[in-house]
Amino acid sequence: MEFTEEQLKRYSRHIILPEVGGKGQKKISEAKVLLVGAGGLGCPVGYYLAAAGVGTIAIVDNDKVELSNLQRQIAHSVKTLDMHKADSAKQTFEALNPDVNVIAVKERLHSKNILALFKDYDIIVDGTDNFPTRYLINDACVMLKKPLVSGAILRFEGQVTTILPGDGPCYRCLFEEPPPAGLVPSCQEAGVLGVLPGVIGALQATEVLKLIIGKGKPLKGNLLIYDALGVNFRKVKIPKNEDCPICGKNPSIKELTDLSEEYCSI
Amino acid sequence: MEDIKIDKKLDIRGQVCPYTLVRSKLGVESIEVGQVIEILLDYPEAADSIPKAMLNYGHSVLKVEKINPGEWIVQVRKEVED
Ligand SMILES: [Zn+2]
Repeated sequence: MEFTEEQLKRYSRHIILPEVGGKGQKKISEAKVLLVGAGGLGCPVGYYLAAAGVGTIAIVDNDKVELSNLQRQIAHSVKTLDMHKADSAKQTFEALNPDVNVIAVKERLHSKNILALFKDYDIIVDGTDNFPTRYLINDACVMLKKPLVSGAILRFEGQVTTILPGDGPCYRCLFEEPPPAGLVPSCQEAGVLGVLPGVIGALQATEVLKLIIGKGKPLKGNLLIYDALGVNFRKVKIPKNEDCPICGKNPSIKELTDLSEEYCSI
Repeated sequence: MEDIKIDKKLDIRGQVCPYTLVRSKLGVESIEVGQVIEILLDYPEAADSIPKAMLNYGHSVLKVEKINPGEWIVQVRKEVED
């Protein structure tokens, strides 16, 4: 890859890494990553991927920026209040790195549009944190055989996993069905320390970059759980379920459906 | 005098750290394993750091020579894929 003078400077700390180099940086610049959500997780993931020079970043989010988001959603600001989060994040990421093509998709993700939205991207990042969408994204990624880097946060705890369809377990291998809405914390209970999505989002962005350059081992078959109060990182093995309704031997889920239950999203 | 076949020459005079290393790394990426690149540089610290870095990347340093006051050549044989 021929780098411009500017790119040579911008990516110098990548290029000198043996695991990245000019070749890895070229892969990064050719990569197409889709982020679901420009919220707590999507902001840091997109921020770091834009800084790294990921060529195309799509952001799917239909919400608008509210003041209560700014405690943790660092791509937005008081200047972008009421703007679509996808547009606000696009503005921020492109200001950081004009090499990056950011595509703002101001749509709500559902069973009818998800496959068409995902199909042109190399890697999908889940930053939604609501169960119906998490399962929908998992199922779509399994069907399309797309790598999925999933993150979740609540209060002082977060988790990350990488799902490589056909090579390890999926989200439904762990829990076949989403928990009933009553068991999920209500909005009042669903506080989150503002910095927590930064930690988890940075881990997700790291997984994405490792997948792009093809170095290191992906966090597949494991859930990495971070406990901020106890300062613990622990990895929990997720076994592959041969009877998984979506990625098992005889999948019972043949087409995508929407769950209508109301959950509170972070 | 040994006779080393040079496959590529790279002039990075005028470049300072870390771009001396960035350009040398890209130079090595552009040749095949077994080929030799000769890097011409004038940043004093790089005469020391580039050979060290190349050894760390797993390549061989065949020669480091001061050819003029303030100018060095470093010959590197690529030993491993990038
Ligand atoms: Zn599964």
